[in-house]
Amino acid sequence: MSWILILEQSLNGLQFGLMLFLLAAGLTLVFGIMDMINLAHGSLYMLGAFIASTLVQATGSFVAGVLLAIPATAAVGILLEVSVLRTLYARDHLSQVLATFALILIINELTRLAWGSDAALPMPQALSGPVELLPGLRYPAYRLVIIAVGILVALLLFILVTKTRVGMLVRAGASNREMALAMGVDIKTLFTLVFGAGAALCAVAGAMLAPLFAVQVGMGENILILAFVVIVIGGIGSIRGALVGAVLVGIVDTIGRAFLPILFGIFFQPRVASAAGPAIASVMIYLLMAVVLFFRPQGLFPARG
Amino acid sequence: MTSRMFVLALSLAVASGAQAASKVKVGFISTLSGPSAALGVDIRDGFQLAVKMNGGKLGGLPAEVLVGDDQFKPDVGRQIAEKYIRLDKVDFLTGFVFSNIMLAAVPVAFEARIIYVSPNAAPSPLAGKQCNPYFFVASWPNDAYHEAAGQHATNKGYKNAYLIAPNYQAGKDSLAGFKRYYKGNVAAEVYTQLGQLDYSAELAQVRAARPDALYIFLPGGMGINFIKQFVAAGLSTDIPLIVPGFGSDQDIIRPVGEAMLGLFDTAHWAIDFDNAANKRFVAAFEKEYKRLPSVFAAQGWDTAMLIDSGVRGVKGKIEDVEALRKALKAGKFESVRGSFKFNRNQFPIQNYYLRVVGKDSQGRLVNKTIGTVFKDHGDAYVQDCLMK
Amino acid sequence: MKRSIAVFIVLLGFPLVMSAIDNLFYVSFASRVIIYAIAATSLNLVLGYGGMISFGHAAFVGAGAYSASICIAEGVTSAWLGWPAAIAASALAAWLIGAVSLRTRGVYFIMITLAFAQMAFYLVNSMKAYGGDEGLTLPQRAELGLGLDLGNEVVFYYVVLFFLAISLYGLHRVMQSRFGRVVVAIRENEARAEAIGLPVHRYQLACFVIAGAVAGLAGALLASHGKYVNPNVLHWVQSGTLMIMVILGGVGRLWGGAIGAFVLLGLEHVISDYPIPWLAAVAPNYPQHANLGVGLVMLAIVLFAPHGVAGLLSRRRGA
Repeated sequence: MSWILILEQSLNGLQFGLMLFLLAAGLTLVFGIMDMINLAHGSLYMLGAFIASTLVQATGSFVAGVLLAIPATAAVGILLEVSVLRTLYARDHLSQVLATFALILIINELTRLAWGSDAALPMPQALSGPVELLPGLRYPAYRLVIIAVGILVALLLFILVTKTRVGMLVRAGASNREMALAMGVDIKTLFTLVFGAGAALCAVAGAMLAPLFAVQVGMGENILILAFVVIVIGGIGSIRGALVGAVLVGIVDTIGRAFLPILFGIFFQPRVASAAGPAIASVMIYLLMAVVLFFRPQGLFPARG
Repeated sequence: MTSRMFVLALSLAVASGAQAASKVKVGFISTLSGPSAALGVDIRDGFQLAVKMNGGKLGGLPAEVLVGDDQFKPDVGRQIAEKYIRLDKVDFLTGFVFSNIMLAAVPVAFEARIIYVSPNAAPSPLAGKQCNPYFFVASWPNDAYHEAAGQHATNKGYKNAYLIAPNYQAGKDSLAGFKRYYKGNVAAEVYTQLGQLDYSAELAQVRAARPDALYIFLPGGMGINFIKQFVAAGLSTDIPLIVPGFGSDQDIIRPVGEAMLGLFDTAHWAIDFDNAANKRFVAAFEKEYKRLPSVFAAQGWDTAMLIDSGVRGVKGKIEDVEALRKALKAGKFESVRGSFKFNRNQFPIQNYYLRVVGKDSQGRLVNKTIGTVFKDHGDAYVQDCLMK
Repeated sequence: MKRSIAVFIVLLGFPLVMSAIDNLFYVSFASRVIIYAIAATSLNLVLGYGGMISFGHAAFVGAGAYSASICIAEGVTSAWLGWPAAIAASALAAWLIGAVSLRTRGVYFIMITLAFAQMAFYLVNSMKAYGGDEGLTLPQRAELGLGLDLGNEVVFYYVVLFFLAISLYGLHRVMQSRFGRVVVAIRENEARAEAIGLPVHRYQLACFVIAGAVAGLAGALLASHGKYVNPNVLHWVQSGTLMIMVILGGVGRLWGGAIGAFVLLGLEHVISDYPIPWLAAVAPNYPQHANLGVGLVMLAIVLFAPHGVAGLLSRRRGA
């Protein structure tokens, strides 16, 4: 078990966690402020990736394509909010769950009609090689960029939420919506803005991760569950909670995938060890959430009260 | 009087029932969507091209090919198989890319005594203990490419090798096959999740282990992602990568590109084979689809040609399943790989070659044949098969 | 009641008609619809009548399916052992999951049921001994004895139809009973129910366990029907599909689950099998995009007809 291995796996966990944070941040705000369960959040992540792949091809530049995909996806998100989701704020959670689940199906199929089942977003040539962090540790440059972008966005969000007026309104809405309404905050516009911001964050995550993974229809569903787990652990409505939760989940997942198979390999055959490792890692994440829900149902950093 | 009329009527009914079929219905189910869709699409295109070149017929009978997408899900594949066999009443089933999906679906065919001709997956249980008279393989036994790769690694004198494959039957077969012929030390044997796309954790382990060679079996989208990430992590300059032929063919060359140059692999076919059937196939495929065929397309073509030879062998009387089987087993068709011969477990016995990714006369990336690893190679399981 | 009996008479006659025209595929298809109807009905108890939004119901169907499958795979082929084992396993799972989950409320309840279902999915997925993600193919269906061969499609159909009848009748009686009225009272206003001294948690848990048990039976029947089980049966998207069936058919209405299963599975089959010319002209691959229609219909129902098809039907009859 070398230093290099531990460092490299930690970087992997951090990278995964930061991207998860981007998704969780938008989700927790929507949930916290609008009290709406939005299962279609993962679909915005998927759309971000698809839109980015088209824009990168059209402009010929990775940076331009990704940057343009952000407002484009935010626009789609806002359109969705104004047309369909607005009517769901007043409805009960079951209706929200069902309606947004229906939206997942609709968005998936529309994406398939527009792009086909998958798209390609190639990694920019300049970043496709390794960077020598330490002698003996050459870490993929692109993943370092992801980590950097993740930290940058987290900082931006913090400044936005804690130092600006809009951010103050968002925090007010998250901690006590009725009071905020009573104080005359323009709730409708605020909601739309928050939703658009959430969609923009999804686009960043989707576009950044696309060169690493496949851009395919249905990619939102898997990561959506993890995002929900993160916000439950972190505390609904809290961005700080989303960050802590996401990094926690990222590290647990990577440790599970990386080190558990080795541990199990001591006792079991390779095939069993290889299957058990990731399975236990996944179970651990849900177990963590169940435990947090049981003892501290508001999450680690509750926004309310 | 009435009883004689009854017997006459009955015999007329029986006679009309035993007429030869008027067409051949083939149920083709494969993975046509998702990151590994390129494989299913290639097999389908090769198959349909062969039928087209035969004038829309198989064995002289007009052919109707039903195409279904298993979406990389075993239960979906099985459901479509049930529909094709029970509702559409197909005469043949074929198409699956992945062993796990195929293993879920073919019991439906076997039960209904419908012949399945595999254009790709051919897992070891069906070569040995569970060999089945209704299962024919037009491609290769699952272990074969891996055995050849293991032999190649031994020939090159690599002292230790790191092995990675997905955790399913074909993955297990692949590493077992490699180890059967690799005489060096196995540094590690790692099984990843089927469909996994992020290999950062595994690549960190490879880096820490510093093996002489890395052998991976990661078909389709998995391979594309792994090789890209392998290059991005700076490991491609340090560690030689060996893959089985289906891990480095056109479906992976297209998205990965020049990073593939110099990669060694093993297969039963390459695009530069010099026989008449292959020349005809490659030219027709390029003309029809405007792209180079992969080994999957070649297999799809051969599957159609094999079925064609079977139907021709029974002169169209495909309802006689036993005769059809015998005709298929004779394996008398012009394969793009050269000569074709079945083992008694209905898996092929053939040569396996060493290939390297290089450029053809037009500068396109292709696999070039550089040597023969095995001649007339069967499989390690046939002795457990009780079929005659 | 009269309408229900009429429907059952039609359902009884169906396989005889199909046999006459030698189309056993549809008898098998109908059996599958009926099994999903049983599963959806069990979800209706918890969701429709009980008001508990459980997003992990597929876990109980899966528990039943895998228990029954493992029995057959290990050589215990008698349905008299396998099916009660399946029911017991899923009831136990429901009891454990319910005991923990029902301590939470609202969205947390949804999330935690989802989490447990996913845990079950990953655990089953890692069981390489029973197929892992390749699934487990069974050599035969369960054996019922009594001279009934479950391998015969028509016989199997009548057996599952029998179980559907029992489930629906059971649901009907439960909801008429005191237990049912308490469950509905809790759904309408939990605080008030607690205030008047009803042991809310116990009633909800009982409801959850009963629903889980019936779901387990559906799972066992599903495993025998297809002679195949696969971890996807536990995936949260399957839970979502069951929810769609209940919503489609009518939340909190007796036939809601059954109608929903019939409509959803029927539509799926019709769309993929019977070409609609004008639609094909617009979008040639439309059967592959059937989910678009499903999604739109579901969205429409949630937004405009929250009581589902059963609600529309009853509204048209009475006031």
